Amino acid sequence: MARQRNIEILVGAFMVAGFVALFFLAMQVSNLNLAGGDEGYRLTARFANVGSLKARAPVSMAGVRVGRVEAVDFDPRTFEAVVTLRIDSAVDNLPMDTFANVFTSGLLGEQYVALEPGGSPDVLRDGDEIMQTQSAMILEQMIGQFLFSKASGDG
Amino acid sequence: MLFDPLARLGRGGLDALARFGRAHRLLLAMVLGIGEVLRRPRLLIAQVYNVGVLSMLIVGVSGLFVGMVLALQGYYVLARFGAAESLGLMVAASLVRELGPVVTALLVAGRAGSALTAEIGLMKATEQLAGLELMAVDPVRRILVPRLFGGVLAMPLLAAVFSAVGVIGGYFVGIGLLGVDAGAFWSQMQSAVDFREDVVNGVIKSLVFGVVVTWIALFQGYDCSPTSEGVSRATTRTVVHGALAVLGLDFVLTALMFGG
Repeated sequence: MARQRNIEILVGAFMVAGFVALFFLAMQVSNLNLAGGDEGYRLTARFANVGSLKARAPVSMAGVRVGRVEAVDFDPRTFEAVVTLRIDSAVDNLPMDTFANVFTSGLLGEQYVALEPGGSPDVLRDGDEIMQTQSAMILEQMIGQFLFSKASGDG
Repeated sequence: MLFDPLARLGRGGLDALARFGRAHRLLLAMVLGIGEVLRRPRLLIAQVYNVGVLSMLIVGVSGLFVGMVLALQGYYVLARFGAAESLGLMVAASLVRELGPVVTALLVAGRAGSALTAEIGLMKATEQLAGLELMAVDPVRRILVPRLFGGVLAMPLLAAVFSAVGVIGGYFVGIGLLGVDAGAFWSQMQSAVDFREDVVNGVIKSLVFGVVVTWIALFQGYDCSPTSEGVSRATTRTVVHGALAVLGLDFVLTALMFGG
């Protein structure tokens, strides 16, 4: 009987260790957000070129993450990229003339959407479209332009 | 005479097919016998002890060293691209997605699977299973079912321990030995490793591996020829087939989960 009890205690300890490890993976290693119930609201933005922007990329404002990219789609009529942004509902006072940029974190880092507030008194609501956008900087294009201007400057 | 080789080939094929069928009928019988575990949880606890607790040491130590080696090797490559801060991301993603579930399943196949096969095979060779049947006790329900569910329950927990210990090992090597910034190590990891995409998929993988490894071990024991030679061959087959099944299934699961 004592042996059976020891086994039960050890199995209990094993299961606790397993779940602690799982908890550690969930909380410390991954970006599980317990406030995941916050669905936020959706905005769309059209870009001529989004570079390599992917779904789940951060949307930041003044360097702080305020949402995520939900989807990147292609509009075959206008040949533009349609990016759906999910903004945290705490940030519900974005002006109508907010400016959306696709930036790169670091020289070769991941791409993200940066929002810059405008001055309009009207605010963006769920489903609205951000009208003012600027495309991603494509590194190859910039290098090409730089070399081209250098060459023409010398000549 | 002329058709002898052809007949041999055909017999081999039929044997393999019959074994395949017996294995699946055994799995079905075991899954249908889940009530036995609910009625006698003690049997399950003893098997979680056999598979889980007794594998804890090898899984923990392996996880620590795998994490430490990953950090050392990863740093070497990442530092060449000036991305040494991504070390935490690399260590955690590879552990949670792949190495945790797969290496744990391989270790369990070697450590616990072979023991299961030998145990069942010996029970069969010494006619204990037949004895149970004489007493109107179904050996599948009484002996095999608790072992299957014990393995299925223990595997994800062991894999989680492996990954967690591995991340901590990578942290010690990365911060202590290589001088990576601790804040960047954790923040890069947290911003890129997703709970549902990476952690939950890893748990699903190790659940599947738990079923497959224990199933193969139990079937090999249950189906072995009841001699000492037969038991030894069945034990070898458990490790070989278990490892092959885990690696093959891992490719399929990875393609399904991350390939799309």
